[in-house]
Amino acid sequence: MPVENPRILTKNYDTPNSWTIAAYEASGGYQALRKAIAMGPAAIREEVKAANLRGRGGAGFAAGVKWSFLKTRTDMPSYIAVNADEGEPGTFKDRTLMEKDPHRCVEGFIIAAYALDVHTVYCYVRGELVLSIKRLEQAVREARAKGYLGDRVLDQDFKLDIVVHSGAGAYICGEETSLLNSLEGLRGEPRLKPPFPAVVGAFGAPTIVNNLETLATVPTIVEMGGDAFSKLSRLHHIKDGGVRLYGVSGHVNRPGVYEAPVGITLRELIDDLGGGVRTGHTIKAVIPGGSSTPVLRESDTVHAPDEKHPLHAWHGKSHLDVPMGVDTMRGLGTMLGTCCAIVMDDTTSMVRAAENLMVFYAHESCGQCTPCREGCAWMAKLCHKFADGTATQVDLDTLTDVANNIMGNTICALGDGAAMPMLGILKLFRNEFEAAIGKPAPHLGVRAA
Amino acid sequence: MAFELTPERLAIFEELLPKYPTKQALTIPLLHICQEQQGHITDEVIGYVAKKLSLSTADVKGVVTFYTLFQQKPVGRNVVWVCRTLSCELMGARDITRSLEKKLGCHVGETSADGEFTLLEAECLAACGGGPMIQLNDEYFENLTPEKLDAIIEGARRKKDGRCAVTFSPIGIRARKEL
Repeated sequence: MPVENPRILTKNYDTPNSWTIAAYEASGGYQALRKAIAMGPAAIREEVKAANLRGRGGAGFAAGVKWSFLKTRTDMPSYIAVNADEGEPGTFKDRTLMEKDPHRCVEGFIIAAYALDVHTVYCYVRGELVLSIKRLEQAVREARAKGYLGDRVLDQDFKLDIVVHSGAGAYICGEETSLLNSLEGLRGEPRLKPPFPAVVGAFGAPTIVNNLETLATVPTIVEMGGDAFSKLSRLHHIKDGGVRLYGVSGHVNRPGVYEAPVGITLRELIDDLGGGVRTGHTIKAVIPGGSSTPVLRESDTVHAPDEKHPLHAWHGKSHLDVPMGVDTMRGLGTMLGTCCAIVMDDTTSMVRAAENLMVFYAHESCGQCTPCREGCAWMAKLCHKFADGTATQVDLDTLTDVANNIMGNTICALGDGAAMPMLGILKLFRNEFEAAIGKPAPHLGVRAA
Repeated sequence: MAFELTPERLAIFEELLPKYPTKQALTIPLLHICQEQQGHITDEVIGYVAKKLSLSTADVKGVVTFYTLFQQKPVGRNVVWVCRTLSCELMGARDITRSLEKKLGCHVGETSADGEFTLLEAECLAACGGGPMIQLNDEYFENLTPEKLDAIIEGARRKKDGRCAVTFSPIGIRARKEL
């Protein structure tokens, strides 16, 4: 079965000047907002629940359920904080939405704010993404001029402003509580949970933090109805609905961002959308959804003989042939993450790949929790030793030990997000680390002869 | 000498101020605006931001040292960031870095002798499908080869339009004017 290629989220991507309000309105833009206002807040929230919209930022929490946690108060406002701090290695999908269809994002923010009775939306964008920020700011200005934002949105008794807030270069600020601290003008260090942001969020007020793609999907849900949207997915039956953006990078012929139903397989993503692995090579390893998700191999198969096992339908099949859903990927011992895969072919040294990622985490650890601050630096240091051939057998045990001691011992998920891929690589490619004892590993990015 | 924002830049700050419930929330935006004017964050800038937002200089310095986009020492007229993270390295980011070091005559973390370029490595810049890539000031250049790089660097060297010592600012004047 060839992969369906719906053009819903990406429908305007190829339109000339797709980022202008004229182009967006010409394609039916802001009609969903009119419909949403006619429906009323409660009905919008029901549709989003029915859509089985799982958060597109990595954790995959159901957006409709998250919205229901918002604990509004009479003594202070509520906020929406949009997480557009796209920085997970391998992930580059939200950037395309902001650059090519910022009005879809803005319309999604407005509908969400209307549904949750929020009057200020802060959109936190990575500081490096200058073009995204420019396009979003322009979109906000255009929307305000047209009456979609302001004191009376579309002449309703509803006031809304959207503030595009630039970050300043810190991966950790993609973590929701760190994002809130950063928005408040502090160092981007995560907060302890609970209280969750829906109770105590930005500026002490109840706040819903959603990924940008999640909210950019909302106009479509309003337009076609939650249930119809959910059924676009191949995993509608397990409450993982709709279409989403996939990314594929690394050793494939056509790297890029593609739209497809939820639940296509990694093989479809790599072969049908990504044009297959480089000619003459085979797949060695795939990181399914951003660098924090443990690596998968083509040669591993699903073992689920029990009929009640959630993955029973794929018993005996390769891990690359299991549909990509929040729960199915968890069943494989990895995570769906951001749905942006990094493909590594048979020329790749997994020791070097691990080294690259651990240097990333060592740099990006915020330094608040000792296991993560020290542990990530140690993992990077030990990976360097394996990469340059100076490691010993003891270092292999230490590396495993350090990773295990980060797991579960930190305030936020960054520590786990570094330890899990490290342990994943060690589990599947231990032989490469053993082979690297006393022998430098080949560099990445050097084409095999 | 004490640091002051130009009236044009001060206006951006004043426009942003009422959009947040606290003054402290303006720390990062104001630092971006100051850096666009000054080129990097000096002690005078930290003092200015602290005073403007009624914070201690320690609060502001804590923020400056946390975020990679705030330059704590002078940088060249252009800043080149090479993405070094996995997808880009798989596609040859190391060759790009090496070729830049040779071309500019400085190592990563340094500024070329003529003061034209500061060479830095960045962690994942969310352009993984276009690796290897660089960010030159505020612009992305993707799918690079060492040859393509030559043209880009020469282009930046020739472009002398009075933007000296301007590190990009996502919310500064340039971003607004070039919409």
